[in-house]
Amino acid sequence: MVSQVDPAAIDRIIDKYQSEEGILIQVLLDVQHEYNWLPEEALKRISERLEIPFSQVYRVASFYKAMSLTPRGKHLVRVCLGTACHVRGAPRILDKVERAINIKAGETTQDMKFSLERVNCLGCCALGPVMVIDGEAYGNLVPAKVEEILNKYD
Amino acid sequence: MVRLQSPAELEELRKHMLAKRDTKKPCITICSGTGCRAYASEKVSTAFEEEIKKQGLDNTIDIKTTGCHGFCEKGPLVVILPGEICYVQVKPTDVAQIISQTIGESKILDQLLYTDPVTGEKAVHESEIPFYKNQTRLVFGNNSKIDPTNIDDYIVLGGYSALSKALFEMTPEEIIAEVKDSGLRGRGGGGFPTGRKWEECRHAPGDIKYVIVNADEGDPGAYMDRSLLEGNPHSVLEGLIIGAYTIGSHVGYIYVREEYPLAVENVFIALSQAEKYGFLGTDILGSGFDFSIKVHRGAGAFVSGESSALMTALEGRVGEPRPKYIHTVISGIWDKPSTLNNVETWANVPLIINKGAAWYASIGTEGSKGTKIFSLVGKVNNTGLVEVPMGTSLRDIIYTIGGGIPKGKKFKAVQTGGPSGGCIPESLIDSPVDFEELSALGSMMGSGGMIVMDEDTCMVDTARYFLDFLSDESCGKCTPCREGIDQMLAILTNITEGKGQDGDIELLEEIAEVTKNASLCALGQTAANPVLSTLRYFRDEYEAHILEKRCPAGVCKALISYYIQPDKCQACLICYRNCPVGAITGAKKQIHVIDQNTCIKCGICFDVCPQRFSAVEKISGRPVPPPLPLEARVIKKKKSKGKK
Repeated sequence: MVSQVDPAAIDRIIDKYQSEEGILIQVLLDVQHEYNWLPEEALKRISERLEIPFSQVYRVASFYKAMSLTPRGKHLVRVCLGTACHVRGAPRILDKVERAINIKAGETTQDMKFSLERVNCLGCCALGPVMVIDGEAYGNLVPAKVEEILNKYD
Repeated sequence: MVRLQSPAELEELRKHMLAKRDTKKPCITICSGTGCRAYASEKVSTAFEEEIKKQGLDNTIDIKTTGCHGFCEKGPLVVILPGEICYVQVKPTDVAQIISQTIGESKILDQLLYTDPVTGEKAVHESEIPFYKNQTRLVFGNNSKIDPTNIDDYIVLGGYSALSKALFEMTPEEIIAEVKDSGLRGRGGGGFPTGRKWEECRHAPGDIKYVIVNADEGDPGAYMDRSLLEGNPHSVLEGLIIGAYTIGSHVGYIYVREEYPLAVENVFIALSQAEKYGFLGTDILGSGFDFSIKVHRGAGAFVSGESSALMTALEGRVGEPRPKYIHTVISGIWDKPSTLNNVETWANVPLIINKGAAWYASIGTEGSKGTKIFSLVGKVNNTGLVEVPMGTSLRDIIYTIGGGIPKGKKFKAVQTGGPSGGCIPESLIDSPVDFEELSALGSMMGSGGMIVMDEDTCMVDTARYFLDFLSDESCGKCTPCREGIDQMLAILTNITEGKGQDGDIELLEEIAEVTKNASLCALGQTAANPVLSTLRYFRDEYEAHILEKRCPAGVCKALISYYIQPDKCQACLICYRNCPVGAITGAKKQIHVIDQNTCIKCGICFDVCPQRFSAVEKISGRPVPPPLPLEARVIKKKKSKGKK
């Protein structure tokens, strides 16, 4: 796995906050954005610099949904399972995506092409059921359309 | 920008801005809320920019990208001022025509107007569209007039005048009295009286106090807080600053979900602009009051929207709730007195200060004052954000504003209050919506999600869905919530999979009772609501699942089969080609048959079968008829097109 963590880059993120209190979650989110996941070396550096036990850093990192402890694929596929999408047939969309790329929600394909997430409401309920790939929304979906959309990504 | 030193300077600035604005100059406003963006509204605004540049009209036409207008169903929305001409579902290819005809020749483009699906009438202005006409948009109305990244737009509409009034004409006690008299209650779910909360926090011992905006809108199906924060962030900031002055707080927090990147971005812009004008920072408007705001991005945990959990998360720890023997207004973040209110609650405050408690209290019902924004979603024609006075009936919201149920289906229930709420059946659709009424019906106000369900929605599956959500989101700290939810979920899953047994319903009720009474925080205390309310109104559906192994709505996969009706099949091969597992046999002029053993019940055949044939049927609770023998599957000529 590519996890070349540059401690100086982590330090730069931490220094932005000028030793304010309670910044752990904000730092972790920034690191997550930078690397698209949270490599162990990064967590260790954060623990040292913020003087928070590693176990606590790990606990926070494993609690929140926005943080990933495993590397993510090139494309992030998010299928909305909010209530509005659910009543409009979202479970069938998720089923179809899972079969199409052969992984379950929360997993990443072996070739690191796709990561699949189920999310609870993206706030564009008018388009439900909706799937978002790398920020691009595909609305009013039916299972029959899924494969065609996924094929657009390489 | 200059830092304003007094209320007079603010008024001077406002006058100056108003004088500078040419109200006759055409202005194209494009909704850029998240819903419209998903419909590619950004491409529309770029097209406008390019076209205007191309035609050299930079100085004669203004463009404004605004926050969410609320009518998400018809996005991207474009409103052309000063005539307030409203175009719906605008595409980049419409842009040139809008500029040359509507702006150039004052001609209205019929094809872009909203057409009433019932009467067929076209509406030229937003105010004529039934969706808007029947709303009372006190809090949400300015969204469509403001570019959220430009504080001047807010100031022109009277922004920060409530702050100036509060700081210079009112004592904190008077503000508390005003908010109490207004009857404002928390819009985040609990409905606690806001004025009382402020009063307790003001009188709590200690010099350091905090005010917090809860923008961790986690309820699936609710997005009004996001739209307010994205579209009119200063209304929230103004409310928060007034609250801080009242309570005696000098530091505030905005806790906003990381999943709302546009809201985060707009809040940061709003903060820096407010600071430059002197609405934030030291000596606000020359009053001597100091206040600053920090933004904390939430990292995705439903339970962190609970007040004590949110405060723990603000401290940088795992956002779990704690017992509230001592209220957070006494001991909240960093153990200091803290007042937390929801986005919408804060946005109501400037209105109350400006227009007075008596005016505010004249809107709504006995126990619930003012308006409430609902997100009307699910199986409803006009999906969007709806603001109505408290006490408006569900029927008015769903039918008059929402335009009823699509595709001529029958209304079944409306789910309010998010995962902690409940489902209200058709027989109660004339109930007025306020805090008390919804609780009495076994649901709750929650943050204002309103998910409409039609006859194709299975209520057992709905309850299972919410429990699944809650099981995932329960932090696991207390046993009744962690175990209670999991056990209820297991029973519900069994029922939807056709493994329900006699006694399951009673067991569900028993577990629900314990979970409700013994859980630590509101998540667990209300987790049983989806189960109890569906049991209360739709017990027969549970019984059909358990006793007859039948899903009346045809949703639960294990209880349905897809079947091609031989008399309707025209052997068009569409389902045959689309079946992902090759379960369909058939050929040209040969009636298709689904092999039930291979079928994975994905429903694709059901979706793709042309509507004029509608040959694929969902069967539940009775055996699938055996396939016709091969020789009987030949479609003879001309038999086709029709029914006898």
